[in-house]
Amino acid sequence: MMRAPDFRYHAARSVKDAARALRDGGSDAMLLAGGTDLVPNLKRRQMAPTLLVAIRHLRDLRRVRNGSGLVLGSARRLSEIAADPKVRRHYAALAGAAGAVATPQIRNMGTLGGNLCLDTRCTYYNQSHEWREAISFCMKAPGATGGLACTSPTGDAICWVATSSPRCWAVSSTDTAPALIALGARVTLVSADGERELPLEELYADDGMAYLTRRPDEILTAVHLAPPEADRRSTYWKLRRRGSFDFPVLSVAAAVRFGGAGRVEEARLVLGAVASRPVVVPETSALVGGSLTDDEIEALADSAAGHATPLDNTDLAYAWRKKMVRRYVSGALRELRSGA
Amino acid sequence: MKSGSDERLARIALKVNGERRELLAAGYKTLLEVLREDLGLTGTKHGCELGECGACAVQVNGEPVLSCLLLALDCDGASITTVEGLARGPELSRLQAAFADLGAAQCGYCTPGILVTAQALLDRNPRPSRQEIAEALSGNLCRCTGYLQIFEAVEEAARAGAETTAPAAAGREVS
Amino acid sequence: MKVIGQSRRRVDARAKVTGQARFADDLALPRMLFCKLLRSPHPHALVRQLDAGAARAAAGVALVLTGDDFTVAYGIMPVSQDEYPLARGKVRYVGDPVAAVVAASEREAAEAAALIRVSYEPLATVASPEEALRRPEPRIHDYGEGPNVHRLAHFAFGDVESALANADRVFEDVFFYEGNTHLPLEQHASVAALDPDGRLTLWSSTQTPHYVHRELARALDVPAHRIRVVATPNGGGFGGKSDPFNHEIVVAKAALVTGRPVKITLTREEVFYAHRGRHPVLMRLKTGVKRDGTIVAMDLETLLDGGAYGSYGAASTLYTGQLQTVTYHVPRYRFRACRAFTNKPPCGPKRGHGTPQPRFAQEVQLDKIAVGLGRDPADLRLQQIESPGALTANWLRIGTIGLKACIERVVEGSGWRERRGRLPSGHGLGLACSSYLCGAGLPIYWNEMPHSGVQLQFDRSGRVTAFCGATEIGQGSDDVLAAIVAEVLGLEAGDVRLVTGDTDVTPVDLGSYSSRVTLMMGNAAIQAAERARAMLAAAAATRLGVPAERLAFAERRVFDVENPAAAMTFQEAVVAAEVAHGTLGTTGSYRPPRSAARYRGGGVGPSSAYSYTAAVVEVEVDATTGWIRVPKVWVAHDIGRVLNPVLARGQVEGGVYMGLGETLMEEQAFRRLPPRLSSALVHRIPSILEYKSPTSLEMPEVVTYFVEEPDPGGPFGAKEVGQGPLLPVAPAVANAIFDAVGVRVDEVPITPDLVLKGLEEKAKGRKPRVGPAAFPAVPWPEALVVPPPWEGGDGKAVNEKAQSRDVLPTAHSGTAGVKV
Repeated sequence: MMRAPDFRYHAARSVKDAARALRDGGSDAMLLAGGTDLVPNLKRRQMAPTLLVAIRHLRDLRRVRNGSGLVLGSARRLSEIAADPKVRRHYAALAGAAGAVATPQIRNMGTLGGNLCLDTRCTYYNQSHEWREAISFCMKAPGATGGLACTSPTGDAICWVATSSPRCWAVSSTDTAPALIALGARVTLVSADGERELPLEELYADDGMAYLTRRPDEILTAVHLAPPEADRRSTYWKLRRRGSFDFPVLSVAAAVRFGGAGRVEEARLVLGAVASRPVVVPETSALVGGSLTDDEIEALADSAAGHATPLDNTDLAYAWRKKMVRRYVSGALRELRSGA
Repeated sequence: MKSGSDERLARIALKVNGERRELLAAGYKTLLEVLREDLGLTGTKHGCELGECGACAVQVNGEPVLSCLLLALDCDGASITTVEGLARGPELSRLQAAFADLGAAQCGYCTPGILVTAQALLDRNPRPSRQEIAEALSGNLCRCTGYLQIFEAVEEAARAGAETTAPAAAGREVS
Repeated sequence: MKVIGQSRRRVDARAKVTGQARFADDLALPRMLFCKLLRSPHPHALVRQLDAGAARAAAGVALVLTGDDFTVAYGIMPVSQDEYPLARGKVRYVGDPVAAVVAASEREAAEAAALIRVSYEPLATVASPEEALRRPEPRIHDYGEGPNVHRLAHFAFGDVESALANADRVFEDVFFYEGNTHLPLEQHASVAALDPDGRLTLWSSTQTPHYVHRELARALDVPAHRIRVVATPNGGGFGGKSDPFNHEIVVAKAALVTGRPVKITLTREEVFYAHRGRHPVLMRLKTGVKRDGTIVAMDLETLLDGGAYGSYGAASTLYTGQLQTVTYHVPRYRFRACRAFTNKPPCGPKRGHGTPQPRFAQEVQLDKIAVGLGRDPADLRLQQIESPGALTANWLRIGTIGLKACIERVVEGSGWRERRGRLPSGHGLGLACSSYLCGAGLPIYWNEMPHSGVQLQFDRSGRVTAFCGATEIGQGSDDVLAAIVAEVLGLEAGDVRLVTGDTDVTPVDLGSYSSRVTLMMGNAAIQAAERARAMLAAAAATRLGVPAERLAFAERRVFDVENPAAAMTFQEAVVAAEVAHGTLGTTGSYRPPRSAARYRGGGVGPSSAYSYTAAVVEVEVDATTGWIRVPKVWVAHDIGRVLNPVLARGQVEGGVYMGLGETLMEEQAFRRLPPRLSSALVHRIPSILEYKSPTSLEMPEVVTYFVEEPDPGGPFGAKEVGQGPLLPVAPAVANAIFDAVGVRVDEVPITPDLVLKGLEEKAKGRKPRVGPAAFPAVPWPEALVVPPPWEGGDGKAVNEKAQSRDVLPTAHSGTAGVKV
């Protein structure tokens, strides 16, 4: 049986307590929420924090607040998000994304915050210590750290996905982030020193190692969604081998607000699993003022494909995955149009 | 070992299949390891220990989760149901009986995880459709059956459940 | 019949739905220690030095074992005993064990293993059979039929060249079938312990306790009678637990040295290294046909990627051709096969052992022949099914053949005649057939003893216990044993107590492989039960005052068929028999009939009976993505006789499931890093997440038909059902994809990128075919010439002497020869 290493465990009594524990623990401390990403990583010795600060049970993080919009506590479980009637009605992309994560049991454990902070994935990295030793480790979790993940390159470790690359190409594999970015979500980060709020897309960096702009002492506590609007529709398309278990090898989240006569007032399109961060497709703004004609959709699908850089480090042939970007963008937008 | 203690042994209180259990276990252990190794409940299986197969599923507070990904420390105070907790005394539950009768268990290794997951489904949705059953069990790999006899067994248990009117027998095989 | 043919709760169901079934890893013994293996991080290297000092001194460590502790080579086949429990001087794949640590806890064992310092001298690697043929050095093994070539075979059953020259049409294709693995949900586990009297017991998740028993005795140099092997229920096997494994020998040794129980449980990653799964096979198939598609000759070449060790490879090699003749009549047949060594985990037997690959080739090519000649693929097959009782070109004696009925059922059920070629774009139907053996005609090691034995023991309480070495791996062998004994004695299956898979107390059964258990154990059980019934009947007849021939056994009673009132209970009959005969017990045994194939190599293929299967698969192909969905499968299986419909259907559906998995997604794939930077050659995805196995959401509707035409060779006429139904799935899917979108994918797995590539070729006006381009040059040996029966042969080769090619090193040459 694979077994976790030793660690100290601190069941936080409050967000404040957790933030303090995280600060005091320094680089040896990590947050433990649902555990569905962290525990396998511990067992494979990709990480070896000496202190785990447990937050899954904190009431403050489990709350849903209806105010001017919707505020989801970061420890809401993915199954709760997927089943939430309000989320399903007004934020369909999020409900779809949360409901498409892994398996039913994992959605009963995994949290929204955990999925947003999901470690980037790579078939050279999500392997046991022994396997990674057989390839002399890699840039993201190099031999210099004993095979533990780090956030900046050390020594001459290389990225096996692109061996001449100075950077790591591990893949952003979160389902909910593309959906929430398309929906214009903001997130709150709390540390012992205070809190800040930022647009979700700013949480991510295009780097397989330092993939979050979150500081190690910060806790993602809440996700803020704008008030529902009757004429805004969103969807989430996920490409994966099987209908369950699998991380996305491509995802497309789209949100469009329609005005009168099917006129596009606002549009956001985000790609997942094609880079080290969710990719916001900037050309989407060109849809505004149009009516999602076939030509407009195909033009955007072409542009979107240009932003995708799938590589040989996930399931399925990467050249094919790249081709699928057009197909999925087109499919997602047509779905939104047909619902208009 | 609570709150920052660095003792390697943790004191954990669980309610397992209706019984209160308090134990000292290595702090690094998951619920899976504690159930199998510290409580002797080897009915719960493991096929990967990484959350990739579903063999270790148990119910925590009525919901199916993966015991291999859940630190035992995180379960303090929780109510846990394993396959050993499904039967009432010597009587198989309706779901167990249907699995036995309809070939839903071949090698039997994925069976405990599937049983607790399917029971949780029936508890919240007594008459699930074939699609709902397939969805609910999509996190449990089975390499023997091709799933179809498993679906049929869940459906049979649901039918039998609907036919039983005596509340005392709810969820149990009466024979 | 009261038990046979009835849908029943299997006898082990209760244990399995309550969590009481005790799998190997569920065993815990007082003072038990835990073992972890240190495995090679190098695909091919010499082991220069090993320093285990720090590990031996580490907390909790009781013992460290290395290659020095094991001097005897072992292996499942006597002709390729090329494994050591722990590497001696050389490692041959990433994951090859080099040392073992035994400690008070599993984690301490793992942590101490990481302290062992091994100095390796890396060697160049061989990643594929093509490379093995090109690169004689460095050699992976010092034996074989060529440098880095494990086995070569060449058979000529009649003059194929002239038949092909005279054929109206000749079809030639190259196919590839990727390797895949069993992926049983249960990870291999073993516990070894010393009895109070000092004898060794090994409990293990093995399909072949008898062979493990033999190899333990060899490898440990302990008399076999001082070793007991108990096969725990296997949490899935599919062939993956059929070899004696290094970890089994290691924990046995550790128990002998420490005097304490020692357990090992492989991690999922280690199970991928234990492997012994489906061989990747490249095939060239040339078939000559008459204008109406009737086969006049077939010429098959296969190239197997064997991985790093022999395993069952000597048999696997021959299985890639030997069963090609039992489905359709093949008047002349040439078969050439080569198994190469590569630096990857060893391949071996997986469900269908060696035959799904050439079956894929043959059935896809038949579809091409049908299309090429304008024939309906079903008719093309129906017109040339081999005859019942026939002796094939390669001297296999066939029993009953229900294939015609199988084809008719699936054709009718699927609406084949009306729907094929007429479905909307992107939808298609494909048909394929297959056959499989019901137990290998010869044991793994040459001997003339029974292949299966059953012992029955009776007690005056009326209790009946059946003892048999057969191993329950989920397929229902325990249920078959109980059902057959119960049927003969007029009991319920649940009345029969079972003791199985325990070498100390059960008669030998060779194991749960090659679909042999129902037929062989079943026949042995019938014999034992009939002998017991005769004893009971004789005693009861005296008591009842009626002739024994008039007594019937049913419903736990023994009665006069002409006067049912003259009766006694089964228990009373046992008491009467115990009075008459003394303590009651009987035995039964089974050995397959002698094969007509008397040429060297003819030991692979003969069987007491052959099962047949036909399948129609419906697919939906998305022409914009290449995505394949299988909504429905119709499968008809010639099973001879259904013993328990619930279990039989489960085997069919499970076979279809596993077939779909390997057709559409499963692959045991490897990755070699850029050679200028690294010598790594690793399993690409040794995890149950990234090795894609279909979930409940991918499973199609399956309509199962059984064709019951009892075979005289089978118990109550029964034939196998565990492996055959997997075989037609892959070619039926490929043929359905062609029907749907006009693309031929001549390789497995058939992934969406390949289909899309075919569609793109088609759109460009090029040949819409995706698959391997060429078959490499292989230094084939001189053919073993065996004239077919209709050309005056006698089952022997006319040039047998040409065939002693083995160049085994001295260390291996002392082993008893086996006829394979």
